[in-house]
Amino acid sequence: MAKDEFREFKLVGTRPDRPDGLDKVTGRARYGADISAPGMLWGAVVRSPHAHARIVSIDPSKALALDGVKAVVTRADFPEGLTGEDWNLQENTIAGERALYDGHAVAAVAATSKLLAEEAARLIAVEYEVLPHVIDVDDAIKPDAPVIRAGAADASVPEGMPPNVVRYMDFGRGDVEAGFAEADLVMERSYKTEATHQGYIEPHACLGQLGADGKGEMWVCTQGQWYIRKMCTAVLGLDASQLRVTPSEIGGGFGGKTTIFMEPLSLALSRKAGGKPVKIVMSRSEVLRATGPTASASMDVKIGLKKDGTITAARAEFRMQGGAFPGAPVDMALYCCFAPYNLTNVAHVGYDVLANRPKCAAYRAPGSPMGAFAVESLLDEMCRALKIDPLQMRLKNAVKEGDKSSYGPRFGSIGLIETLEATQAHPNLSIKLGPNQGRGIAAGYWFNHNGETSVSLAISEDGTAQVSVGTPDIGGSRASIALMTAETLGIGYEDVRVNVVETGALGVNEPTHGSRATFASGKAAVIAAGHAIKEMCRRAATEWGIEPEAVEWVNGAAQPAGPNAGKHPPMTIAEIAGKMGQTGGPISGHHESVPEGVGASFGCHVVDVEVDPETGRTTILRYLVVQDAGRAIHPAYVEGQYQGGAAQGIGWALNEAYIYDDKGRLANPVFLDYRIPVASDLPMIDTVIVEVPNPGHPYGVRGVGETGITPPLPAIANAIEDAVGVRMAHLPMSPATVLAALKARG
Amino acid sequence: MRYHTPSTFRDAAQIAAGASGVTRFLAGGTDVLVQLRAGAVIPDDLIDLKKIAGVYDIARTGDGGWRIGIAVPGIALGAHEALRAEWPGVVEGMELVGSTQVQGRATLTGNLCNGSPAADSVPGLVAAGASVEVTGPDGQRTVAVQDIPSGPGKTSLKPGELISAILLPARGDHAGDAYLRFIPRSEMDIAVVGCAVSLRLDGDTVTEARVALGAVAPVVKLVPAAAQAIVGTALDDAALDKLAAAASAACAPIDDKRGTIAFRTEVAGVLAKRAAKIAYSRAKGDRA
Ligand SMILES: Cc1cc2nc3c(=O)[nH]c(=O)nc-3n(C[C@H](O)[C@H](O)[C@H](O)COP(=O)(O)OP(=O)(O)OC[C@H]3O[C@@H](n4cnc5c(N)ncnc54)[C@H](O)[C@@H]3O)c2cc1C
Repeated sequence: MAKDEFREFKLVGTRPDRPDGLDKVTGRARYGADISAPGMLWGAVVRSPHAHARIVSIDPSKALALDGVKAVVTRADFPEGLTGEDWNLQENTIAGERALYDGHAVAAVAATSKLLAEEAARLIAVEYEVLPHVIDVDDAIKPDAPVIRAGAADASVPEGMPPNVVRYMDFGRGDVEAGFAEADLVMERSYKTEATHQGYIEPHACLGQLGADGKGEMWVCTQGQWYIRKMCTAVLGLDASQLRVTPSEIGGGFGGKTTIFMEPLSLALSRKAGGKPVKIVMSRSEVLRATGPTASASMDVKIGLKKDGTITAARAEFRMQGGAFPGAPVDMALYCCFAPYNLTNVAHVGYDVLANRPKCAAYRAPGSPMGAFAVESLLDEMCRALKIDPLQMRLKNAVKEGDKSSYGPRFGSIGLIETLEATQAHPNLSIKLGPNQGRGIAAGYWFNHNGETSVSLAISEDGTAQVSVGTPDIGGSRASIALMTAETLGIGYEDVRVNVVETGALGVNEPTHGSRATFASGKAAVIAAGHAIKEMCRRAATEWGIEPEAVEWVNGAAQPAGPNAGKHPPMTIAEIAGKMGQTGGPISGHHESVPEGVGASFGCHVVDVEVDPETGRTTILRYLVVQDAGRAIHPAYVEGQYQGGAAQGIGWALNEAYIYDDKGRLANPVFLDYRIPVASDLPMIDTVIVEVPNPGHPYGVRGVGETGITPPLPAIANAIEDAVGVRMAHLPMSPATVLAALKARG
Repeated sequence: MRYHTPSTFRDAAQIAAGASGVTRFLAGGTDVLVQLRAGAVIPDDLIDLKKIAGVYDIARTGDGGWRIGIAVPGIALGAHEALRAEWPGVVEGMELVGSTQVQGRATLTGNLCNGSPAADSVPGLVAAGASVEVTGPDGQRTVAVQDIPSGPGKTSLKPGELISAILLPARGDHAGDAYLRFIPRSEMDIAVVGCAVSLRLDGDTVTEARVALGAVAPVVKLVPAAAQAIVGTALDDAALDKLAAAASAACAPIDDKRGTIAFRTEVAGVLAKRAAKIAYSRAKGDRA
């Protein structure tokens, strides 16, 4: 933390301009919808207006009769016989026998213009037989709920469970009943959170081209080009290597762009239209109705606490729906919810439940915000009851290196205690609050992730370097990877260009997800730079006629290592690169692995709110994010991640929610009624970057993208209670619900 | 779609009278074009009124009031010092509409004729006692603003009729108005409840008042009982409570994604009090 007095590194930890900045502010950056091709057609998608319906017939004749309409596809244009998640993806791409949610794609059409495609889509006649539907998770788990899909449960679900339960989990350790018996106070509460959407500014867009020979190309806005390739080829029954996928610049993803939606439709339409490229750009309504929001949750938590603040036992039972397919992040929610605390007695039970909603996708720390809302809310209420300082309670129970986590594995190096101590020291905590104002504190956790990674680095003839990575830059990874590469090679930040490349250029990469890009691609780039350095030392050694081991790399140049190696002036990277054609050819380095050494990240948030007691409206007065980054490679980007996570969490806490009408249709598929915070809703969000370096990464990186969305939900609920004395257990804490709670209290 | 650019209101009325399909007038287009792009309303005839002379003018009328052209955007209304000084509540209602970009286009007339119960400029106009000049194929008539909306998305204008100007009465002395809306966020949102109050004082005593509510009924509502609650008082706490009760009692809202019946009813009273206090202090001469 004492970076200002002592700097270990020349570049790591500085804040240079972002490499994509000029392109983005001048409009030159090319996003998904900016890509066009000669002879291109436009695609439009016909979507179910029903939450649950049998598709009786689809008649495209009127659409096909229009001049300029080139192809219509339905499920019949996709191969049969898929299983498991491949089948789920196909079924979600285009409905088979039944439409499973409002917005589910039923058919798609390609035409010579966007307007024509949209008109043709309106002319495709679909006959439906409407079926009973279920939306809420507590309704969906009832034994007599409408059955979304018989036989969808996996082996984890015991006999006799309600029909929409598709995964079940039950794990823990110790004896929770004995633990509750030891406590001075045992409380049990139920909580609910509603589905929310990532709300990225850029709607999904792609341009797909597929010939009769099974060879294809796709340009697409995505967090992961190899996932697009794998999923599209699975859904269409193609060979993975025959599809080349190029990612565009990306206007946000937050997990929602790690899977496929309309991409296979563009390929199927292209194939049917004789191989012409087909572009599909979603509207905002399509994004909200038919991409991958997060799950909604219903949660029961029971905790035992001693007067001295020790947690004696904890139990969580979570029910989540993630749409009409398995995959609600109930497991993640359970793993994360007690992770900040050192527990001997802990129990978890989880249900993944189907409902007539879109298939959920990842959303920033999937599951963790819901679990944190329940657990951190209850702990706060209990601290109030026992008059214990909530920060002291958290310090008392905080996990440290070597402790067994609540979900099993032992923690490596972690920085929760340092994070809580930095929070305690922050001046925001001593600001006096006025009437109807309150302060709330909560902690949060995310594992972080490694994943398949392949990176290639090449030294150019002039001694600059290019790095090819497979992880799209959604949070500043190009800047961070350039900083780490330049630091390693001993050259300038501007001398490194990091390119996010297409699937044909590297081995398989997982998407930018799990806060992994700066960790995994960054680590691979540093290792690749090490290979290039070794080769450059070898070339210098050859020229000097000494052993390669007698050469070391210092400040961007090869030099003899010690007096025994002989007297030679340093040979710079530019000198070595300038003659590489004569000394053995191109100089490069590459690295492929699932990088070991992931470092988890804990955070603690403190929010001050003011509640208008006459309208129930909550204003965020002050907001503080404290989080362990391991090491902040580019601190401005780290702060941006902290602030972005907090902003999304604030939206989720206060106003965002999927609202359904009684027919199961999404009632708010526009940003007017799906209320993400606007800039004027938020104060400047204060940040403190704690740095407990991750020993598993050459520069100490943990990964910072996700933890920040977990504490806001409970922190704001805790602050509202502090301000006006009502405990909100159901998100969002909109003015109407807060006012109703105030009235109910009287 | 046929796009027309008539040069007089009479021509516009005639085109509209002769059209048989979906017809829309184009003022700022911030409702019309959004609805068109969303595929919600695709007009057969689109009649652009911005080529008609005088539609961008704000002019003093013979009786000391104002005549506001149908294409005057929010930003021009806000920049008009004299109008703003006399009718701050009307101006602030319009200025709440949309963002800076939307303000460059959006008009009072369009806001009124779009027929939204939540239209932000309409309660202020109703409280002000504003009227509109209506031009039809057969001539002109003047109609009170509160009589224009007839239901969500609907107006009482007959086929072929359109508004040719907004008319504000003379303000007179010791008077003030104010508009407040409740939204969950701080900007770029739609009123869950809106309330405008216009009043006149004699010393400390309210002698005249008009109270209008938005988003609590199918149309913006003038609430005489709420006005009566404060006339003859110095806006003491008892009068404010009566005002709030009368405003809440006038509400006939719906439960929807934007707010509940209970919430809208309660907050209508809260906003009425708050708006009345602002109007009162403006009438006293505070330029806040
Ligand atoms: C981003 C955004 C934010 C917005 N925020 C708000 C808000 O906060 N509050 C709010 O109240 N509104 C809001 N609106 C809606 C809209 O901006 C307002 O209703 C605006 O005042 C409409 O005026 P206009 O001139 O653009 O109308 P137009 O779109 O041109 O017309 C609207 C309607 O009026 C009719 N019309 C126009 N002129 C006449 C005439 N002379 N005679 C008869 N009928 C006529 C048209 O046929 C049409 O039906 C918002 C819109 C957008 C896009």
